[in-house]
Amino acid sequence: MLLTDFALSLDAGVLLHLRGRNGAGKTSLLEVLAGLRAPLRGQVVRPEAGLHWLGHKNGLNGDLSLIENLQYWCALQQCSAAPIVTSLERLGLARLRYRAARTLSAGQKRRAALARLLVAPRPLWLLDEPLAALDVAGLDDVGCMFDQHLQQGGAVIVTSHQPLPLADGRMRTMELS
Amino acid sequence: MFAVFAAALRRELRLAARHKGDWLLPPLFYLIVVTLFALGGKPNDPQLSAFAPAVLWVGVLLSALLNLDRLFRADFDDGTLEQCFLGAQGAMPVVYAKLIGHWLLGGLPLSLIAAPLALQLDVPATVLPTLLAGLLLGTPMLSLIGGFAAALTVGLPRAAVLLPVLVLPLIGPVVIFGAGAARAAAAGLSAAGPLYLLASLLVAGLCLLPLAATVALRNSFD
Repeated sequence: MLLTDFALSLDAGVLLHLRGRNGAGKTSLLEVLAGLRAPLRGQVVRPEAGLHWLGHKNGLNGDLSLIENLQYWCALQQCSAAPIVTSLERLGLARLRYRAARTLSAGQKRRAALARLLVAPRPLWLLDEPLAALDVAGLDDVGCMFDQHLQQGGAVIVTSHQPLPLADGRMRTMELS
Repeated sequence: MFAVFAAALRRELRLAARHKGDWLLPPLFYLIVVTLFALGGKPNDPQLSAFAPAVLWVGVLLSALLNLDRLFRADFDDGTLEQCFLGAQGAMPVVYAKLIGHWLLGGLPLSLIAAPLALQLDVPATVLPTLLAGLLLGTPMLSLIGGFAAALTVGLPRAAVLLPVLVLPLIGPVVIFGAGAARAAAAGLSAAGPLYLLASLLVAGLCLLPLAATVALRNSFD
């Protein structure tokens, strides 16, 4: 049992930074919130308009190109595949879109996974260590994405051991112990 | 629902086109196994054609097991499976597409090359239609049962060792009726009974096993 007597409600326009030592249950909590795992007791109310889940696995098949991977994801989500190229462009991957995901670096794969957040607008983002393997420019890009998403009335829950690239009053921190 | 199924099936075929070894290996293995049976027996042994249905069926089973453990593993390892479960239609259409894709690339070609291999084992040509019908009804069951077992073991290390032990007992009835139909045809009897039984097993499997596989995959996240 990782967490008991846990209550959390998240307002629109707020980013929640989940922190805690390794093994504190950050990922498990996010998986419960996303609906991948069932909580032992209690309930989770998710936004009706859906959510984005980005686990520590990128969800990219190494033998498919970035664009094929994202097109398949759009088919699963039944959303339009039209914004894929502009999303990849914003994360600096437009040139690499026909390359097999296997041939990309860890940071580039992480960027491609983050591009999904821009392909389909969803009010809630659940991100597990999104900054892993990103370079300095990548942190800036993610900071811009957070900023824009919060301005549009979205909410984000992030686990990260690094300081997040967003420092203002819209950020809350929660320590799991 | 169908759009997701079609996209998943297209992706399976596209991945297969990039990894030709994955689906060319089982027919090659099958060819070698059956040829070794023919070579290992006595020349012109009439017993060979009596054992042929069993040899052809067991060869298909073992060949189709070769690439079974990879059915869900790549998607589980790279996180695609998580995204499938969180997709608009859940993972069920994807599971159907993967199982049908496994049959199209495994069971179907294996069934088709069974006919020339049967001639090599001195099976009379009149038995071939029954043998082929049995294999075409039975090999999808192999993909369904095998897919269910692959889903159960997807989170486990070294599942490839466990998989045959799980699948082979469950596939018993299919082998009994499949090889039974071919033996009945060889004896000049009607093979309709065993073939109808295989067809009913297939209908039941097609309805229930993808559902069971989806539930098993869902459990792998816990």
